[in-house]
Amino acid sequence: MNIIDLTAADCDFQAEVASRSGQDLKTCYQCGNCTAGCPYTFAYDVPVSQIMRLIQAGQRETVLNSKSLWLCASCQSCTTRCPNSIDVAKVMDVCRHMARENGCVSERTSKLFTDAFLQSVEKHGRAFELGLMATYTMKSGRFFDNIALGPPALLHNKLSLKPHSIQGKEQVARIFERFRKGE
Amino acid sequence: MAKIAYYPGCSGQSTSLEYDLSTRAVCRALGIELVDIEDWSCCGSTPAHTVNHVLSAALSARNLALVEQQGMDTVTTPCPSCLSNLRTAAHKMEDASFRDQANALLDTPCTTKIETLSVLQVIAEQVDAETIRAKVVRPLTGLKVACYYGCIMNRPPALMQFDNHENPMAMDKLMGLLGAEVVPYPLKVECCGASFGVPRVDIVTRLAGKLLDAGRDLDADAFVTACPLCQMNLDMRQGQINTALKENFRIPIFYYTQLLGYALGIDDKELKFNKLCVNPRPVFKKLSELKEAAQAG
Repeated sequence: MNIIDLTAADCDFQAEVASRSGQDLKTCYQCGNCTAGCPYTFAYDVPVSQIMRLIQAGQRETVLNSKSLWLCASCQSCTTRCPNSIDVAKVMDVCRHMARENGCVSERTSKLFTDAFLQSVEKHGRAFELGLMATYTMKSGRFFDNIALGPPALLHNKLSLKPHSIQGKEQVARIFERFRKGE
Repeated sequence: MAKIAYYPGCSGQSTSLEYDLSTRAVCRALGIELVDIEDWSCCGSTPAHTVNHVLSAALSARNLALVEQQGMDTVTTPCPSCLSNLRTAAHKMEDASFRDQANALLDTPCTTKIETLSVLQVIAEQVDAETIRAKVVRPLTGLKVACYYGCIMNRPPALMQFDNHENPMAMDKLMGLLGAEVVPYPLKVECCGASFGVPRVDIVTRLAGKLLDAGRDLDADAFVTACPLCQMNLDMRQGQINTALKENFRIPIFYYTQLLGYALGIDDKELKFNKLCVNPRPVFKKLSELKEAAQAG
């Protein structure tokens, strides 16, 4: 059992999540509907309803270091089923943004995939699936995870071998540049 | 019928080429005129919104601005992930301060609200059931299909505003019009594991395996999908799922546009059944056997 020290509550954390997500987090009364419908609970270290409670209790470190943030697929089950209309998936997204900004990465492969995807978009203007898979594989060293996909992908010509670069790719690259400058 | 701007999405150029081609062919047959957005770019997909909401909105809004520049106010896309991003961006940009932040990242700002609809919604709402029924030349009579919508075609309901968010029926009705027997599939909106196939394949084999298992329990001959990622997880990864779960699934996974196109008599070359990893031939064999039996009987 994890023991939570309520006297060490970080109220700024609670306020920051509330303001960045635009959600009234106080209305969560722990009914557990989000966790009941979450397909990822089996893979989470902290179920989503407990993430909500930990935010209320100002537990910055526990939340931002949780693997769950990186394993949420934003499938919207929690948001759709919350009886108090809290956009729970948005809260998870905002916590993930904060984890990333603070260098808390508890699921490295998940972050590497996201980075490889966005690098591909920044470079070509569109996602180039084969290229981003190569980048991800090199950076993660996970050479064998998806080797079984090789034969069906080749046999059915599933992957484009060339990126579909667009004329406005510099415009897309500038979106990323301006974003980084503003951060 | 009015023209509508068309956003194919990145996977439509690669892993879901057959979805893009069959979508175009079906829309042509149903009188929906798709106008390609010139020089469209990636909507940012899930990766962008997990990093930052303004970045995500700007990547989507570049495309909304292009729709605006082409003098149109509505865009349609076959991909639920693109749909979700484009709709989210337009919705968030109704807030003036958020809009300024997103537009500040763009060369050309997006100034009006562009509506994004799924191609499924356009077909369901703008094409009359009788029109479709009258065009069916190869009915799917006797074929048992499970319609799987995926997690974000209809969710969250306040944003998507289409169909029922727990029990969507648009594809069920469409397949019914074509003569198919639609099984009451209970996991229509359960997540397939999304893009975790790359960083955590164990998650996808478990979640997608559960989806296939429920289809098999209902004796479905095939799945009908509307999302490139769902289709890939169920189809291209079916071998991986079998290995991981010690299963022996062999269930063909179609895009709804492929079966719709087949029923409308569109040439197989435009529907690209050869792109499917799990062999769909048993489905067509069953259909022709049922047809022969009906003719003989």
